[in-house]
Amino acid sequence: MLKIETSKNSNYTTIKLIGEVDASNSVELDEAIVALVETDTKNILVDGSQLEYISSAGLGVFMSYIEDFNEKKIGLVIFGLNEKVFHVFQILGLDQLINIKSSKEDAVMEL
Amino acid sequence: MMKYELKLYCETSRLSDLRNFLNKILQDTSLSEIEQHQVTLAVDEVCANLIIHSHGCNSNESIQISVEKEKGLLKIEITDSGDGFNITEYVEPEIAQVKKAKRKGGLGIILVKKIMDKIEFETSGLQNTCRLFKNLKSK
Repeated sequence: MLKIETSKNSNYTTIKLIGEVDASNSVELDEAIVALVETDTKNILVDGSQLEYISSAGLGVFMSYIEDFNEKKIGLVIFGLNEKVFHVFQILGLDQLINIKSSKEDAVMEL
Repeated sequence: MMKYELKLYCETSRLSDLRNFLNKILQDTSLSEIEQHQVTLAVDEVCANLIIHSHGCNSNESIQISVEKEKGLLKIEITDSGDGFNITEYVEPEIAQVKKAKRKGGLGIILVKKIMDKIEFETSGLQNTCRLFKNLKSK
Protein backbone atom coordinates (compact mmCIF):
# COMPACT_ATOMS: atom_id res chain seq x y z
CA MET A 1 0.00 0.00 0.00
CA LEU A 2 1.24 3.45 -0.90
CA LYS A 3 -0.24 6.80 -0.03
CA ILE A 4 1.21 10.00 -1.42
CA GLU A 5 0.50 13.35 0.19
CA THR A 6 1.56 16.54 -1.54
CA SER A 7 1.80 19.87 0.27
CA LYS A 8 2.96 23.21 -1.07
CA ASN A 9 5.06 25.76 0.73
CA SER A 10 6.14 29.12 -0.63
CA ASN A 11 9.39 27.92 -2.20
CA TYR A 12 9.08 24.14 -2.23
CA THR A 13 6.61 21.30 -2.52
CA THR A 14 6.76 18.23 -0.32
CA ILE A 15 5.75 14.76 -1.44
CA LYS A 16 5.24 12.48 1.50
CA LEU A 17 5.46 8.76 0.76
CA ILE A 18 3.56 6.62 3.22
CA GLY A 19 3.88 2.85 3.03
CA GLU A 20 5.62 0.79 0.35
CA VAL A 21 6.70 1.53 -3.21
CA ASP A 22 7.01 -1.54 -5.43
CA ALA A 23 6.35 -2.64 -9.01
CA SER A 24 2.59 -2.44 -8.43
CA ASN A 25 2.45 1.24 -7.57
CA SER A 26 5.66 3.00 -8.64
CA VAL A 27 3.64 4.61 -11.43
CA GLU A 28 1.81 6.60 -8.74
CA LEU A 29 5.11 8.07 -7.57
CA ASP A 30 6.00 8.85 -11.16
CA GLU A 31 2.67 10.61 -11.73
CA ALA A 32 3.05 12.66 -8.55
CA ILE A 33 6.47 13.90 -9.72
CA VAL A 34 5.26 14.60 -13.26
CA ALA A 35 2.35 16.63 -11.86
CA LEU A 36 4.77 18.82 -9.91
CA VAL A 37 7.06 19.37 -12.88
CA GLU A 38 4.06 20.35 -15.00
CA THR A 39 3.07 23.02 -12.48
CA ASP A 40 6.59 24.49 -12.63
CA THR A 41 7.68 23.41 -9.19
CA LYS A 42 11.34 24.33 -8.75
CA ASN A 43 12.06 22.54 -5.50
CA ILE A 44 10.79 19.11 -4.53
CA LEU A 45 11.25 17.60 -1.10
CA VAL A 46 10.48 13.93 -0.67
CA ASP A 47 9.48 13.06 2.87
CA GLY A 48 10.54 9.45 3.35
CA SER A 49 9.96 9.30 7.10
CA GLN A 50 7.02 6.94 6.64
CA LEU A 51 8.39 5.03 3.68
CA GLU A 52 8.74 1.44 4.84
CA TYR A 53 9.96 -0.14 1.63
CA ILE A 54 11.12 0.77 -1.85
CA SER A 55 12.09 -1.62 -4.63
CA SER A 56 13.95 -0.86 -7.84
CA ALA A 57 10.70 0.20 -9.48
CA GLY A 58 10.52 3.18 -7.14
CA LEU A 59 14.25 3.87 -7.18
CA GLY A 60 14.10 3.87 -10.96
CA VAL A 61 11.55 6.68 -10.88
CA PHE A 62 13.98 8.90 -8.99
CA MET A 63 16.85 7.83 -11.24
CA SER A 64 14.95 8.68 -14.39
CA TYR A 65 14.57 12.34 -13.36
CA ILE A 66 18.10 13.11 -12.17
CA GLU A 67 19.30 14.32 -15.58
CA ASP A 68 16.12 16.25 -16.40
CA PHE A 69 16.12 17.96 -13.03
CA ASN A 70 19.76 18.97 -13.43
CA GLU A 71 18.98 20.47 -16.84
CA LYS A 72 15.84 22.24 -15.67
CA LYS A 73 17.42 23.34 -12.39
CA ILE A 74 14.80 21.60 -10.33
CA GLY A 75 15.96 20.77 -6.83
CA LEU A 76 15.18 17.35 -5.39
CA VAL A 77 16.02 16.40 -1.83
CA ILE A 78 14.91 13.24 -0.04
CA PHE A 79 14.82 13.25 3.75
CA GLY A 80 13.82 11.14 6.73
CA LEU A 81 14.59 7.70 5.27
CA ASN A 82 14.74 4.93 7.83
CA GLU A 83 17.95 2.92 8.07
CA LYS A 84 16.70 -0.08 6.08
CA VAL A 85 15.43 2.02 3.20
CA PHE A 86 18.51 4.25 3.18
CA HIS A 87 20.68 1.13 2.86
CA VAL A 88 18.87 0.21 -0.35
CA PHE A 89 19.76 3.61 -1.85
CA GLN A 90 23.33 3.01 -0.69
CA ILE A 91 23.66 -0.44 -2.27
CA LEU A 92 23.14 1.19 -5.66
CA GLY A 93 25.19 4.27 -4.84
CA LEU A 94 22.12 6.45 -5.29
CA ASP A 95 23.09 8.36 -2.18
CA GLN A 96 25.92 9.77 -4.34
CA LEU A 97 23.55 10.81 -7.14
CA ILE A 98 20.58 12.08 -5.16
CA ASN A 99 20.68 14.59 -2.35
CA ILE A 100 19.59 12.71 0.77
CA LYS A 101 19.35 14.36 4.17
CA SER A 102 18.31 13.03 7.53
CA SER A 103 15.94 15.78 8.62
CA LYS A 104 13.52 18.14 6.95
CA GLU A 105 15.46 21.11 8.32
CA ASP A 106 18.64 19.89 6.64
CA ALA A 107 16.72 19.19 3.44
CA VAL A 108 15.23 22.69 3.29
CA MET A 109 18.69 24.21 3.75
CA GLU A 110 19.80 22.46 0.55
CA LEU A 111 17.29 24.36 -1.57
CA MET B 1 15.75 -28.34 8.00
CA MET B 2 12.70 -26.15 7.56
CA LYS B 3 11.00 -25.60 4.22
CA TYR B 4 8.36 -22.97 3.44
CA GLU B 5 6.40 -22.64 0.22
CA LEU B 6 4.31 -19.97 -1.46
CA LYS B 7 2.38 -20.01 -4.71
CA LEU B 8 2.40 -16.51 -6.11
CA TYR B 9 -0.08 -15.52 -8.81
CA CYS B 10 1.36 -13.28 -11.49
CA GLU B 11 -0.01 -9.90 -10.44
CA THR B 12 2.23 -7.17 -9.07
CA SER B 13 -0.32 -6.48 -6.33
CA ARG B 14 0.65 -9.89 -4.89
CA LEU B 15 4.22 -8.81 -4.21
CA SER B 16 3.24 -7.51 -0.79
CA ASP B 17 2.02 -11.03 0.11
CA LEU B 18 5.41 -12.34 -0.96
CA ARG B 19 7.18 -9.82 1.27
CA ASN B 20 5.01 -10.70 4.26
CA PHE B 21 5.74 -14.40 3.69
CA LEU B 22 9.49 -13.77 3.55
CA ASN B 23 9.63 -11.31 6.43
CA LYS B 24 8.09 -13.88 8.77
CA ILE B 25 10.58 -16.57 7.79
CA LEU B 26 13.60 -14.30 7.88
CA GLN B 27 12.78 -13.02 11.37
CA ASP B 28 13.92 -16.37 12.72
CA THR B 29 17.36 -16.28 11.18
CA SER B 30 20.64 -14.81 12.31
CA LEU B 31 20.36 -12.12 9.63
CA SER B 32 20.23 -8.55 10.90
CA GLU B 33 17.07 -6.53 10.26
CA ILE B 34 18.85 -4.70 7.46
CA GLU B 35 19.93 -7.98 5.85
CA GLN B 36 16.43 -9.44 6.19
CA HIS B 37 15.03 -6.37 4.47
CA GLN B 38 17.57 -6.75 1.66
CA VAL B 39 16.92 -10.44 1.07
CA THR B 40 13.19 -9.75 0.90
CA LEU B 41 13.93 -7.01 -1.61
CA ALA B 42 16.10 -9.32 -3.75
CA VAL B 43 13.34 -11.96 -3.97
CA ASP B 44 10.76 -9.24 -4.70
CA GLU B 45 12.95 -8.03 -7.57
CA VAL B 46 13.31 -11.49 -9.15
CA CYS B 47 9.59 -12.22 -8.80
CA ALA B 48 8.52 -8.78 -10.06
CA ASN B 49 10.67 -9.36 -13.15
CA LEU B 50 9.10 -12.75 -13.77
CA ILE B 51 5.56 -11.49 -13.20
CA ILE B 52 5.98 -8.54 -15.57
CA HIS B 53 8.40 -9.77 -18.23
CA SER B 54 7.90 -13.54 -18.36
CA HIS B 55 4.20 -13.74 -17.52
CA GLY B 56 2.85 -10.40 -18.73
CA CYS B 57 1.00 -9.95 -15.43
CA ASN B 58 -1.36 -12.81 -16.29
CA SER B 59 -3.07 -13.59 -12.98
CA ASN B 60 -3.99 -17.09 -14.19
CA GLU B 61 -0.32 -17.99 -14.13
CA SER B 62 1.77 -18.47 -11.03
CA ILE B 63 5.30 -18.89 -9.78
CA GLN B 64 6.42 -21.06 -6.92
CA ILE B 65 8.70 -19.88 -4.15
CA SER B 66 10.31 -22.18 -1.63
CA VAL B 67 12.57 -21.15 1.20
CA GLU B 68 14.87 -23.52 3.03
CA LYS B 69 16.97 -22.80 6.04
CA GLU B 70 19.82 -25.22 6.30
CA LYS B 71 22.81 -25.09 8.50
CA GLY B 72 24.47 -21.77 7.80
CA LEU B 73 22.63 -21.25 4.53
CA LEU B 74 19.38 -19.73 3.38
CA LYS B 75 18.18 -21.02 0.02
CA ILE B 76 15.32 -19.43 -1.89
CA GLU B 77 14.13 -21.27 -4.96
CA ILE B 78 11.89 -19.53 -7.49
CA THR B 79 10.32 -21.82 -10.07
CA ASP B 80 8.17 -20.91 -13.04
CA SER B 81 7.30 -22.13 -16.49
CA GLY B 82 7.41 -18.89 -18.45
CA ASP B 83 10.01 -17.73 -20.92
CA GLY B 84 13.20 -18.45 -19.08
CA PHE B 85 15.20 -15.48 -17.90
CA ASN B 86 18.76 -16.44 -17.03
CA ILE B 87 19.72 -13.92 -14.39
CA THR B 88 23.25 -15.31 -14.16
CA GLU B 89 23.93 -14.59 -17.85
CA TYR B 90 22.33 -11.15 -17.83
CA VAL B 91 24.85 -8.33 -17.95
CA GLU B 92 23.41 -5.55 -15.85
CA PRO B 93 23.86 -1.92 -16.91
CA GLU B 94 26.17 0.51 -15.12
CA ILE B 95 24.38 2.87 -12.75
CA ALA B 96 25.69 5.90 -14.66
CA GLN B 97 24.25 4.44 -17.84
CA VAL B 98 20.82 3.96 -16.25
CA LYS B 99 20.89 7.60 -15.12
CA LYS B 100 21.94 8.89 -18.51
CA ALA B 101 19.38 6.85 -20.40
CA LYS B 102 16.67 8.05 -17.97
CA ARG B 103 15.66 4.44 -17.71
CA LYS B 104 13.27 3.36 -15.03
CA GLY B 105 14.33 -0.27 -15.20
CA GLY B 106 17.59 -2.12 -14.92
CA LEU B 107 18.31 -1.54 -11.26
CA GLY B 108 16.56 -4.61 -9.88
CA ILE B 109 19.05 -7.19 -11.00
CA ILE B 110 21.96 -5.07 -9.80
CA LEU B 111 20.34 -5.16 -6.36
CA VAL B 112 19.83 -8.93 -6.48
CA LYS B 113 23.45 -9.56 -7.41
CA LYS B 114 24.78 -7.21 -4.75
CA ILE B 115 22.55 -8.59 -1.99
CA MET B 116 22.74 -12.34 -2.52
CA ASP B 117 25.87 -14.44 -1.93
CA LYS B 118 25.24 -16.87 -4.77
CA ILE B 119 22.76 -17.14 -7.65
CA GLU B 120 22.00 -20.18 -9.79
CA PHE B 121 19.69 -20.61 -12.76
CA GLU B 122 18.65 -23.72 -14.59
CA THR B 123 16.06 -24.70 -17.15
CA SER B 124 14.75 -28.22 -17.34
CA GLY B 125 12.07 -28.86 -19.93
CA LEU B 126 9.54 -26.07 -19.47
CA GLN B 127 10.59 -25.33 -15.94
CA ASN B 128 12.96 -22.55 -14.94
CA THR B 129 14.53 -22.47 -11.51
CA CYS B 130 16.35 -19.53 -10.01
CA ARG B 131 18.13 -20.19 -6.70
CA LEU B 132 19.24 -17.39 -4.43
CA PHE B 133 21.57 -18.12 -1.53
CA LYS B 134 22.48 -16.10 1.54
CA ASN B 135 25.04 -17.24 4.05
CA LEU B 136 23.78 -17.32 7.62
CA LYS B 137 26.07 -16.63 10.49
CA SER B 138 25.95 -19.17 13.27
CA LYS B 139 23.93 -17.84 16.15
